[in-house]
Amino acid sequence: MNSQLALHKSSREVPTLRIAPSKGWVPLKLDELWEYRELLYFLVWRDIKVRYKQTALGATWAVIQPFLTMVVFSLFFGHLAKMPSDGIPYPIFSFAALVPWTFFANGLSQSSNSLVGSSNLITKVYFPRLIVPLASSFSGVVDFLIAFGVLIVMMLYYGLLPTFNALWLPLFLLLAMVTSLGVGLWLSALNVEYRDVRYVVPFITQFWLFATPIAYPSSLLHEPWRTIYGLNPMVGVVEGFRWALLGTKTAPGPIIGVSAAAAIVILITGAFYFRRMEKTFADIV
Amino acid sequence: MSDIAIKVEGLGKRYRIGANQQAYKTLREKLTQTAATPFRAFQSLAGRNGHRSANGHKSKAEMIWALKDVSFEIKRGEVVGIIGRNGAGKSTLLKILSRITDPTEGYADITGRIASLLEVGTGFQPELTGRENIYLNGSILGMKHAEIRRKFDEIVAFAEVEKFIDTPVKHYSSGMYVRLAFGVAAHLDPEIMLVDEVLAVGDVDFQKKCVNSMQSVSDSGRTVLLVSHNLALIESLCQRAVLLDQGEVSSAGPTAEVIAEYLSRSQFCESENLTDHPRNEARSSAWFSRIQILNRQGESSREFRAGEEMAVKLGVAVQSPILQPWIGIRLRTPADQLICHIANREAGYQLPPISSASEIECQISSLNLLPGRYIVDLVLADMLNRDYDKISGAAYFDVRESDVLQSGMPMNQAYGLVFFPSKWKLVDVSERLG
Repeated sequence: MNSQLALHKSSREVPTLRIAPSKGWVPLKLDELWEYRELLYFLVWRDIKVRYKQTALGATWAVIQPFLTMVVFSLFFGHLAKMPSDGIPYPIFSFAALVPWTFFANGLSQSSNSLVGSSNLITKVYFPRLIVPLASSFSGVVDFLIAFGVLIVMMLYYGLLPTFNALWLPLFLLLAMVTSLGVGLWLSALNVEYRDVRYVVPFITQFWLFATPIAYPSSLLHEPWRTIYGLNPMVGVVEGFRWALLGTKTAPGPIIGVSAAAAIVILITGAFYFRRMEKTFADIV
Repeated sequence: MSDIAIKVEGLGKRYRIGANQQAYKTLREKLTQTAATPFRAFQSLAGRNGHRSANGHKSKAEMIWALKDVSFEIKRGEVVGIIGRNGAGKSTLLKILSRITDPTEGYADITGRIASLLEVGTGFQPELTGRENIYLNGSILGMKHAEIRRKFDEIVAFAEVEKFIDTPVKHYSSGMYVRLAFGVAAHLDPEIMLVDEVLAVGDVDFQKKCVNSMQSVSDSGRTVLLVSHNLALIESLCQRAVLLDQGEVSSAGPTAEVIAEYLSRSQFCESENLTDHPRNEARSSAWFSRIQILNRQGESSREFRAGEEMAVKLGVAVQSPILQPWIGIRLRTPADQLICHIANREAGYQLPPISSASEIECQISSLNLLPGRYIVDLVLADMLNRDYDKISGAAYFDVRESDVLQSGMPMNQAYGLVFFPSKWKLVDVSERLG
């Protein structure tokens, strides 16, 4: 009888979880993130649904932002200041850069406040907190796709067709996502403790916009400066995007490598910093 | 060993409170600090140091231990109640076991899938419909999509919101909202459940539903940890209970015993000084400063025998004179059953006006109370209809069994609360009739 019981028990061996104080650097636990993937899906779905239900403009907002910026740039930089644009009509030149840029900037502003905004969840339920800024980054994809659709329409209007290199596009989108997530992790973790971070974000975004070759081409710089410029990961995203879609004269090459490396470093350090500070979130948020 | 669902060992949680604790720090300050003292600033950014104030000195922030050295074991299938006063650390304990916050020291071993119900309707989004919120909330609580789909109809039936399931939740009445939220929670299927006071909401019917579902959870052999102030609920659902007092485990064992301990503990003041004893209302111009309970020998005592003499000495402090003092001593049991009022006017004694700090003595010639513990409440008033001070739980005393009636058969607490001396005789009626 006893041995039967023992057999029954051992076939249902459940792992024991130990809850103990964590010290120092905490492992990322990516397997747990995978376990909670459904929750990630629901949070993204919730963000998108709520955003579209609330705004009267709905989907058009996704397009208005980059579009109007493009109009202003085209007027002042393209037309009046006669900025070179790598052999592409200036409006397309800037819009093709603004589409991934808007995805990045919105992802950034959403994720930097995501933890504080989800404080009602964080203080009541357990799930890997990494999911919160992750969901914010992902929920911008729908907006991106809509703006991208408009970009294709614009290209057709100008009589430009995408080159075969367009197959590389998803990779550049991924790079933009990695960058936005990486910076978002840093900012969201910092924002929990230092509440003025969210006020700094619009300034960071603004500054970064001009530090990225959106209104101007990176070919303005000579080597090796041009490659070093790639340390700004968005340089790789934007130039890569333009090259893949439109085939600019100056193929980016080494810049992409530098940008990708920079983005990955930001992401990994951001993830570790986030995990290290995670234990304090529920207490301070 | 595999029998134990939750094992808690030396768990402690420390919080920083006090004036030095800035609610939120700003990055601006951090940056100026970094410019001044780079090394220290980087250390605290990485979360290593305690927090330092702007001038760089380690601020002597007050630390409180919300939990200290908490240890207990819960076997698989047990239903255990956690009780204690507000602020005893019950919710903190659940938060730690739910992995929402990290402990400062100690550890907890949990075997089995755990689900926490710390709040009803976590993550409910007003813009989304009931259907959408069920999926969202279920997912947040840890249910898989397939599981939610399977239980969807049951959840809607439990919540009785079939007609409104596709309306945005912001249009729901508060009752519907709570029913829906609890409906999702009630269909969680974990091995271990941690529940925190969620049964305190809703109307009578809903409460009954909640209790029934809690009952079926406990009947199904799941392990449950329940935090509640509703002692009747704890008594009916839980086999064992743990009493927390100021962050420490003060008692653990069979529910009835722990509840009795809780009731008798939390009711009264241990010391004689009443000036700082907490009261419900703000201080007015007169108050009780002291209470002393004296036995026949005039010594301060907490133990009396049934039928003994007792004197109560009350210290009163006044800022403006009380012209017609009306002082009441109220005796009750720890379970809040009122026994009697003893007051000067009703007893036929008029006290002179009190215009400065004074002492008032009340003598009870025979304490007709049966054995047990009794709590003393005090009331200070003026016959001109002015209340000055009310203290609940000013003191307590215990009555021990004694054969005061000298019958050889002393009465104990099973006989009731009070006793009266009585005279008995037999009258033979048959003679008269015959």
